Amino acid sequence: MTTNTLPALELAASDGHTGDMNRDTGLAASALAVRGLTVSYGTKPAVFSIDATVPKASMTAIVGPNGAGKSTFLKAVLGIIPRLSGAAYVDGKPLETMRRAIAYVPQRASVDWDFPTRVRDVVTMGQFRSLGLLGFIRPAHRKKTLECLERVGMADFADRQIGQLSGGQQQRVFLARALAQDAGLYLLDEPFAGVDAATEKAIIDVLKGLKAEGKTVVCVHHDLATVSDYFDHVLMLNIRKIAEGPVTTTFTGPMLQETYGGRLATTHIDQLKLD
Amino acid sequence: MLSTFLDALTLQAGYNAALVAVGATLLGVAGGCAGCFLFLRKRTLVSDAVAHATLPGVCIAFILMVFLGGDGRNLVGLLIGSAATAGLGLLTVDWITRKTRLSEDAAIGAVLSVFFGLGVVLLTVIQTLSHGKQAGLEGFLLGSTAGMLFQDAVIIAVGGAVSTAIILVLRRPMTLVAFDPEYAGATGVPVRFIDIAMMSVVMMVTVVGLKLVGLILIVSSLIIPSVSARFWTDRSDRLLVIAAATGGLAGYLGTAVSATAPNLPTGPIIVLVNFAFFSISMLLSPKRGVLAAFLRHRKFQVDVHLHQGLTSLARGEAIREPLTRKMMRSAGYIREDLVATGKGRAAAAKTVLDEARWAKARQIIQDEAIFASYDGLTPIEAVLTRDQIRDIDAALGAPAPLVSPAGG
Repeated sequence: MTTNTLPALELAASDGHTGDMNRDTGLAASALAVRGLTVSYGTKPAVFSIDATVPKASMTAIVGPNGAGKSTFLKAVLGIIPRLSGAAYVDGKPLETMRRAIAYVPQRASVDWDFPTRVRDVVTMGQFRSLGLLGFIRPAHRKKTLECLERVGMADFADRQIGQLSGGQQQRVFLARALAQDAGLYLLDEPFAGVDAATEKAIIDVLKGLKAEGKTVVCVHHDLATVSDYFDHVLMLNIRKIAEGPVTTTFTGPMLQETYGGRLATTHIDQLKLD
Repeated sequence: MLSTFLDALTLQAGYNAALVAVGATLLGVAGGCAGCFLFLRKRTLVSDAVAHATLPGVCIAFILMVFLGGDGRNLVGLLIGSAATAGLGLLTVDWITRKTRLSEDAAIGAVLSVFFGLGVVLLTVIQTLSHGKQAGLEGFLLGSTAGMLFQDAVIIAVGGAVSTAIILVLRRPMTLVAFDPEYAGATGVPVRFIDIAMMSVVMMVTVVGLKLVGLILIVSSLIIPSVSARFWTDRSDRLLVIAAATGGLAGYLGTAVSATAPNLPTGPIIVLVNFAFFSISMLLSPKRGVLAAFLRHRKFQVDVHLHQGLTSLARGEAIREPLTRKMMRSAGYIREDLVATGKGRAAAAKTVLDEARWAKARQIIQDEAIFASYDGLTPIEAVLTRDQIRDIDAALGAPAPLVSPAGG
């Protein structure tokens, strides 16, 4: 579990990351650390004052009921939506300086599928950062693109326009784009939502492969039944943080009850594979 | 060097026509490039607001220059003025959209009409000034090429080159922002800066194109080329090239057409040439065109009949429908006497296997998108990945399909 952050650190951190980070022992040892994160639309907080620490080489699930702010949390961590307060650190350094080390897989619904781009072009987008503004796409980049598509089982579809794919296939392409970034930290927003079983297996195999390589995976996850199978670490949210820690000790009936309130029947909780 | 280049392009119509032709071509290329990302970002109408917001700037610049004792018609001065109010209009649209709950289209409507209205009022005021009678500012509304100067062509060339260069340098982040702004933001692309850069390029093209095409029609030079190009490609890099090419060609041809008779307005004719390209694209594009869609429908009809026929073959039933028989014969699946050929039996077996696979797929693959796009005839290999098909075949059990050799 994390050390609780001191108010002094939160102030300093939101002041431009100049705080004494040594006081926060969880920070440097973690793949991702979030301190005092609040996001609000108007005066209603979507996520409130969240501290979270994701261990290196872990697979972490972010779970919580609908409207708990799971996706908002992830987007605010990445700075895609503005934070009211708080900061995020990757490998102990401010996230803003570590973007090269982060790969993000957004929700499928967030793009226009009629956009004129092929599967291989989308995966090449993952290499834009290393290509720079004017760098030529060389055979090595093309090879890399195909390798990433191969890893998600989509190499045969490289020349399709992306709108011609099924939902699960689109999700695989997004994952391949993230793989092409060669990042150390993978953040995925509901990667298993609305995908077929074969795709779910393909994705989880890739993610477990990443973990085996020592990389860190964080997923917003909605299927409580698979949390114990897929993940080793869990962050339970409902606007506020309810709990975080290893799945075996944290993903428990009482914690689920607290996270989901009355929305989860006790019979449902009993059906989950809880230790 | 520029003048020799211009001389080379002086085909028959003389110096002024050559200037106009070169200017219109360059403007077409720049407009095609700039409009491409506007189109991809789905913000085409913002350019219309920007264009209309140039009018008060032109008028204010004229009035200022006259009061300062200069020549009110100085083009550089007028263009600086137009850029100033165009930028203000752009910021207003952006501000309204971000600070209120109004949508962008409402903001565009408000800004466009208010700025244009203000411009028309100022235009009327200028008419009453002593210098105003021969100001010729109405030319900025619909464009005028009659008095085009070398300086005007240079302004278009420089503005067009700078804006095209910016597009080329920023094409990757612009593509990323247009396709997937959240992902772009997450990888560190400054989304807001890229959007501002895109709109600045649009503003630059609008301002340098004012004299030639006019503020009311400039939006067509920005939008139509990329809309036409979209019919021909599913790749954004090619979209950019095709839009630039058709935009440039429309500018060049439009000038040539307008030179064929006296007093033909160049700007509107360029718009019409652009529209001609659009019409051709819409009708004849092999992928997304109207004709292609019609032919696809006909082919689908044939496929349905073949599917029916092959299913009958597999079941050992007689094919009764004459049209189906005819199509089965011409596909080589049955002989004249209705007996199945080897090819026909193989195709029938495949049809049955795929039907079984699809039926199983509906049970084990919980993916609405697949079945929404499934037309009943597309080969399963074109829709599902190999591992998905393997899963299905495993679930089906015995790999051999249930086919009895079909006779007639």
